[in-house]
Amino acid sequence: MSARAAAQERTAWLFSAPVLAIILLVFVLPTALAMALSVTDYSIYALADWDNLRFVGLGNFVDLFTTPLFWRALGNTALFAVLGVPMAIGASLFTALLLDDVTVRWKPLWRVLLFAPYVTSIVATAVVWRFLFNERSGLINRLIGAVGIPPIDWLGDPHTSIPAILIFVTWKIFGYNMIVFTAALSAVPGDLMEAARLDGAGRWSRFRHVTLPAIGPTLLLAAVMSVAGFLQIFAEPYVMTLGGPAQSTTTILFFMFEEGFKWWNLGQASAVAFILFLMILALTLIQTRVGKRYEWL
Amino acid sequence: MAVTSRARAVVANAAVALLTLLTIAPLGYMVVVSFMPRGESGMLPTPLWPSRWSLENYHELLVRRLIDGAWFDYRIVPALWNSLGIAALSTGLGLLLTVPAGYAFAKLRFRGRERLLKLLIASLVVPGQVAMLPLFLIFKELGLVNSYAGVILPSLAGIFAILFVRQATLAIPDEMIDAARLDGAGEMRIFARIVLPLLAPITVTLALFMFLGSWNDFLWPLIILADQQRYTLPVAVAAIAREHAADAELMMAAAVVTTLPVLLLFLSLQRYYMRGLLGGSVKG
Repeated sequence: MSARAAAQERTAWLFSAPVLAIILLVFVLPTALAMALSVTDYSIYALADWDNLRFVGLGNFVDLFTTPLFWRALGNTALFAVLGVPMAIGASLFTALLLDDVTVRWKPLWRVLLFAPYVTSIVATAVVWRFLFNERSGLINRLIGAVGIPPIDWLGDPHTSIPAILIFVTWKIFGYNMIVFTAALSAVPGDLMEAARLDGAGRWSRFRHVTLPAIGPTLLLAAVMSVAGFLQIFAEPYVMTLGGPAQSTTTILFFMFEEGFKWWNLGQASAVAFILFLMILALTLIQTRVGKRYEWL
Repeated sequence: MAVTSRARAVVANAAVALLTLLTIAPLGYMVVVSFMPRGESGMLPTPLWPSRWSLENYHELLVRRLIDGAWFDYRIVPALWNSLGIAALSTGLGLLLTVPAGYAFAKLRFRGRERLLKLLIASLVVPGQVAMLPLFLIFKELGLVNSYAGVILPSLAGIFAILFVRQATLAIPDEMIDAARLDGAGEMRIFARIVLPLLAPITVTLALFMFLGSWNDFLWPLIILADQQRYTLPVAVAAIAREHAADAELMMAAAVVTTLPVLLLFLSLQRYYMRGLLGGSVKG
């Protein structure tokens, strides 16, 4: 090896070793340990003394599968994802298409303002929205009251708690994918669009056959990231509903947090974390498959 | 034709303006209510504007008072300093660690580079929460529970940041770096004098991402911090929100204190933020 190559190698390690060491300590090692922890009965007793730790094999998973609240949390999280992903992606795409119109002026201004909720703290804005959703004096019930709809106990009724939180989440995050879609839309070939127009293709048909295939990969990627995001909902129920009412907003992560840091069943909680990881992995693989089939990727 | 296109322009612009107004309204209402006198927001019909502008909520929230011989405050001011210090430190250290690493992965040849890179990309699938429970136990053994270091350290594992810097660095032509090498410049000098200035814009972008990420982070600080004096703003606000749910004006003031600093930061640097979102290409 020449002196130059050796110098490069030395510098490269000097530059990357510190951060790689930190990644090893705070990410790789704990992730590996999470699997080990999930087959132990790690609880508050082990927290006091490691000698109280026992190997329980798949016991934690068996326990989980017989815990009704775990299934409830899975179901709630699935509901969040199934309703939330189309809602959020739809809002992003709708806004991006609206902004893409050639006649719209001051686009950078609108873009920044529409994006603003994304950079705010979830906790602070959840507090704001909890207040907006207040049954008696909330602004939302006042607005719908103006068109004659009786007040709704948004966060107090198990039927409306998830939709209410989803409205908040959509408001909070749609700006991100709006920007991503705006970039993708600007890459839609203009001559193709013009040709379709000359062929007499309508607005919807042009969207379906020109725009959609062009932004397909971006849509898929956004969907994957959104599913992963919705599976990780935590702060919203923690601040707005405490997982209620009637456990209707207890999500997987909320369940994991309570199990781990309220009851200190860290073995059980690790099993939950592991299942969450497998779900995200599986969904990512499925969506990549689908994308390949439709030749988006 | 001219008339219809004009009508279309009016409709499209009005729709965008209305949508923006709806999006900004909750933030605007948050500010308005935070200036209402105590209890006014609970009156019916729901007031849209304060009867008089009052600072009492901010006074109540931020000023330490003597009540029945004991000092009382909501610990928002210490939380503000904690958040500021933690966000500044994790941004500074994060940049120091990830910008050189990103450059190394893009332009320097070293053994195992491609394999490490693949591992880093693959690890993006693993949600951070999986690591949190064992990490808590590791930090407990290391005595980092309830410390600022315990909050900051995990935020320094910037896998995304490394990949982000690498992507931007790839746009720098190899010839430029090779020419400097032929001129006899050392590797350190090349990084400091040639690469770093070219990476300046995306470094600002990354710093903004890191600062906002740290400022808004909730789950990990909630887990690792036990002492109220060490709470960051989101953790402190969540704690107050549980006890003072009925004090809407006070809670809105707390929300303003938490969101306004980063909103202003974002608005003043939005050019960098948006560019980063769209792929962060380097000019030069």
